[in-house]
Amino acid sequence: MKEIVVISGKGGTGKTSITASFAMMGGSDVVVADCDVDAADMHLLMQPDFNFSEDFYSGEVAFVDQSNCISCGKCEDVCRFDAISVKKNLYVVDPLSCEGCGYCARVCPTKTIVNQERLAGKWFISKIKTGSIMVHARLGIGADNSGKLVAKVKNEAKEIAMEERKGFILVDGSPGIGCPVVSSLSGANFVVLVTETSVSGLHDLKRVYELVKKFNIKAGCIINKADVNPEKCSEIEQFLKENEIVHLTDLPYNENFTRAMVKGQTIVEYDHGELKELLNDGWEKIKNLVAN
Amino acid sequence: MKIAFTSEGTSWDSLIDPRFGRTENIVLFDEESKELTAVDNSAVKNDAHGAGTATAQKIFELKPDVLITGNGPGENAAKALKHIKMRIFVDANDLTVQQAYNNYKSGNLREV
Amino acid sequence: MTNPKPLKIAIASGKGGTGKTTLSTNLAAFIAEQDEVVLVDLDVEEPNSGLFFNGILTHEEDIFKMIPQWDESKCTLCGICPKVCNYHAVIQLGPTILVFPELCHSCYACSELCPVDALPMIPKKTGTLRDFQIEKLHFVESHLDIGEEQAVPLISKTKKYVARKYSHVSITIFDSPPGTSCLVMEATKDADFVILVTEPTPFGLHDLSLAVETMRALKKPFGVVVNRYGIGNDEVIHYCREENISILSKIPNKRKIAELYSSGKLMYRDFPEVKHSLSDILDYCITAVRGGIA
Repeated sequence: MKEIVVISGKGGTGKTSITASFAMMGGSDVVVADCDVDAADMHLLMQPDFNFSEDFYSGEVAFVDQSNCISCGKCEDVCRFDAISVKKNLYVVDPLSCEGCGYCARVCPTKTIVNQERLAGKWFISKIKTGSIMVHARLGIGADNSGKLVAKVKNEAKEIAMEERKGFILVDGSPGIGCPVVSSLSGANFVVLVTETSVSGLHDLKRVYELVKKFNIKAGCIINKADVNPEKCSEIEQFLKENEIVHLTDLPYNENFTRAMVKGQTIVEYDHGELKELLNDGWEKIKNLVAN
Repeated sequence: MKIAFTSEGTSWDSLIDPRFGRTENIVLFDEESKELTAVDNSAVKNDAHGAGTATAQKIFELKPDVLITGNGPGENAAKALKHIKMRIFVDANDLTVQQAYNNYKSGNLREV
Repeated sequence: MTNPKPLKIAIASGKGGTGKTTLSTNLAAFIAEQDEVVLVDLDVEEPNSGLFFNGILTHEEDIFKMIPQWDESKCTLCGICPKVCNYHAVIQLGPTILVFPELCHSCYACSELCPVDALPMIPKKTGTLRDFQIEKLHFVESHLDIGEEQAVPLISKTKKYVARKYSHVSITIFDSPPGTSCLVMEATKDADFVILVTEPTPFGLHDLSLAVETMRALKKPFGVVVNRYGIGNDEVIHYCREENISILSKIPNKRKIAELYSSGKLMYRDFPEVKHSLSDILDYCITAVRGGIA
């Protein structure tokens, strides 16, 4: 079983549409893990049945049990996040400001403040239209994506893939360069970098590749909207060459990306021309590269 | 020598967990007594933050001579392990604990 | 501007890549044709606005957060500090206390609960702030240091710098990080008005609905700008109508706009209709805040 992770430093490069197309081509042999939990959109193309769902807890949040509160105000004094205030003579916690450090609970003389697990979102196991399974999640408002939810989603996908003897786990990775993307990359056999031909595209590709290098994982790159800025495109190609990143394929600017999305379809279902062919080439190349 | 493995399970046949901080278990093999033991790490795995440093603390308490893992520890955990002069071998992804041990003995794992 | 009340506009979006940076850079440059304006890039993990401006660096400073520093001579190794740190930023390895600055949330628990004062708090660099000027446009950006996990303190200190230095400037635009996380909350919480940028596509709609929930939780007045209008479908428009959300403007989808963006160029000068949109957006924000609607 091989694990393929698709990432892109910045948003809007077409990463999710491309990943969904790979899932479609891979069919029942691919378990999908949507680890882009901040903007979890892949389910919109996959017709998931949300067969299983469970609350997800991450971090902690303080809670004042009013019955034993003696209004000494120590909690408010020690809180560095302005998360505790007095409302109608009662000390209350603003959960959006609380960072769960637990300091207030430790200094409370009547032990009436407790740190509770914070409900951060939900995660799901779904049957999807490719004939396979997808593990996905949704973060709650203001919840912070610590990498723990990413690890959870990936792990569940891995267990399913092992049990059902699937060939691949395909991970739609998290954005940025922080903890969540580190969790997305952890344990991967191959990473697909999706970029676009713009100043920000190249800038973010370089930043995210710094991270990939540390993991010592084989990498390939898909350049989307390659024809929008030919000059940037050759700069990206140069960067790929210098870093021995496999240049998987170039995709042209094509509004079928959006048209397919509007129909709730992957690109390879909607497009029967150039895009489909290029994506198919890309997927075949990736499969060959991970097999070796 | 006492050897620690990050592992998804608790036996020789269990797979190496590629993650350090969020590893499911730490499996320990004592070469003298030939004893294989496992320590559950799920409490740390479920921490939102600082899983790496928390697991490093655990490794310190278990006092192995060598650590065998997959991707290798992240920066913070690496700093802690360096402090206790732990020898770390990586790239044991996709191997069982037994295979990882054999590869380590034959010098086929990369030391960081 | 005749009204002296300074206006703070935040530009946010549920997902990345919808045109948040395009809108904030163009809007700022448009305002700067007439008035002094400050643009602040609060996407401190991936600041990109700077790629669009070639200004003169007027100020640069390191930004610090407070972290504990171990004083070995005072420490009695009582074991309290690793126990009280919920972030595992302080650990004890035998006779040594190790502090991991990137993991520290600056809650002060270890420092203040230490019975012998062996963990005094000291400043630690967490990022760099730069302030540029291009005629009437002031552009402020902060970069989070690599490896640093806590972006909130950097965002809040960048806002403080702007409030201190540019209190006389009548309009400030904050380019917020994407998503619905605590970072977005920090970046938008002092704004008078929030503009949510979206695309008329299923992904755009889904992410917009999450961003709307976030703004409602924060009780912020907000409106929507539909970027790349013409692509996709009308569901975003229907959604806004049903939810009683104002659409400030629709920016048309044009390949030429994508090309200008791709080379780091501003677009409104080449497209009268975009200039028109920017003017509408600005008027709406001013009326909404100063006229008390929204």
